[in-house]
Amino acid sequence: MSELILIAIGTALVNNVVLSQFLGLCPFLGVSKKVNTAAGMGVAVIFVITLASAVSSAIDIYLLKPYGVDYLETIVFILVIAALVQFVEMFLKKYVPPLYNSLGVYLPLITTNCAVLGVAITNVQKGYDIVTGIVNGFSTALGFTIAIIILAGIREKMEYNDIPEAFKGMPITLVTAGLMAIAFCGFAGIL
Amino acid sequence: MNKALERLYNGFIKENPTFVLTLGMCPTLAVTTSAMNGLGMGLTTTAVLVLSNIFISLLRKVIPDSVRIPAFIVIIASFVTVVELLLEGYLPSLYSSLGIYIPLIVVNCIILGRAEAYAYKNPVIPSFFDGLGMGLGFTFALTCIGSFREILGAGEIFGYHIMPESFTPVSIFIMAPGAFFVLAMLTAIQNKIRKIASTKSKKVSADKPKGCNSDCSSCGEGGCAHRFYDASAKDKKELAKELMGTNEEADMEIEDLDKEETNE
Repeated sequence: MSELILIAIGTALVNNVVLSQFLGLCPFLGVSKKVNTAAGMGVAVIFVITLASAVSSAIDIYLLKPYGVDYLETIVFILVIAALVQFVEMFLKKYVPPLYNSLGVYLPLITTNCAVLGVAITNVQKGYDIVTGIVNGFSTALGFTIAIIILAGIREKMEYNDIPEAFKGMPITLVTAGLMAIAFCGFAGIL
Repeated sequence: MNKALERLYNGFIKENPTFVLTLGMCPTLAVTTSAMNGLGMGLTTTAVLVLSNIFISLLRKVIPDSVRIPAFIVIIASFVTVVELLLEGYLPSLYSSLGIYIPLIVVNCIILGRAEAYAYKNPVIPSFFDGLGMGLGFTFALTCIGSFREILGAGEIFGYHIMPESFTPVSIFIMAPGAFFVLAMLTAIQNKIRKIASTKSKKVSADKPKGCNSDCSSCGEGGCAHRFYDASAKDKKELAKELMGTNEEADMEIEDLDKEETNE
């Protein structure tokens, strides 16, 4: 149990998926203008990554490893993730319309979020079992959500600041992300 | 032959995937801790890009339009797996330093973008050169960023010590935050140049780069849509001058930033 908690804290804060591993930068920089949309994206990412890491761990352990074809993992995982996102979208649209209405916009964007494939591959490379894989996936996504919400909060405040012309938009966001990355380095001490 | 040169020029300068289109940012930031890693990642991506471009171009009359994206992804993922196994076998040190970012080449939007925008519509030989040009442009950009970070962060380039003894390496530049700062500076310089170019020439090209399909729609204002401008030959000289000027300014700014950080 304590091992799981350590993995959770480690992946959510210390090795934050965006700020120290640079996975999922596109949505991190693109969908972080408002806290509301950032939170929506975060929840969608938590949902998809947790599900995807469960499915990909299961496929790896019960299908790929026993038949000795684990070199196919990249191909299998990317297809599974793409199909999974599609299914989740159809399922939510049909059975849980309120959730679909709030997450729907973000779901197609997540297929190309490299964090999803990144988590699936990390789980395999580190040899996690399914439960550990799910915990790892969930906490990675949680780390993404924390980071994107903080960034969105800062960017909302920054609207009123006087920023040099050349730094408007993307550059100042990157500087902000860099400062956040320095702050998150501080978490390295807690493990 | 002209066509081939034109494709190479297009990939290397005109539509440089990193500096002009800003595609594939994840590996750009993650593996550029040293010039060598940047070069390795760039060449690996180039190999995959060239192979997938050739293959998709060969199969362009066979792949039905409606399932082209999954087909592209399978082709790309296969080549990534091939390249990954080759690296693991022959260059184990590069394989271990690039780590998880090798399989993640699959989701690099440059490759899918070129497949969709060029290889699916053009014959094999131009597609080959298109892939080569784009790949080399990407390699060039990664090596640049990598050298910059390695010089500032470790005082070395490609492992050779070049900075004077009195230079204290600013190790933050080879850590994660440094990547964000370097990219922020580069984008700011680019913004500055673009602004000067647009006020001077008033000739902003209307066609947008076709490399950006759905998968990069999430890039927001950092995305590709307005990263494309067309400057006339006369302005290019001005641009070059400005580039030198702003580069120095930016370097100074970075140094100031370092000072502030060390003061703190």
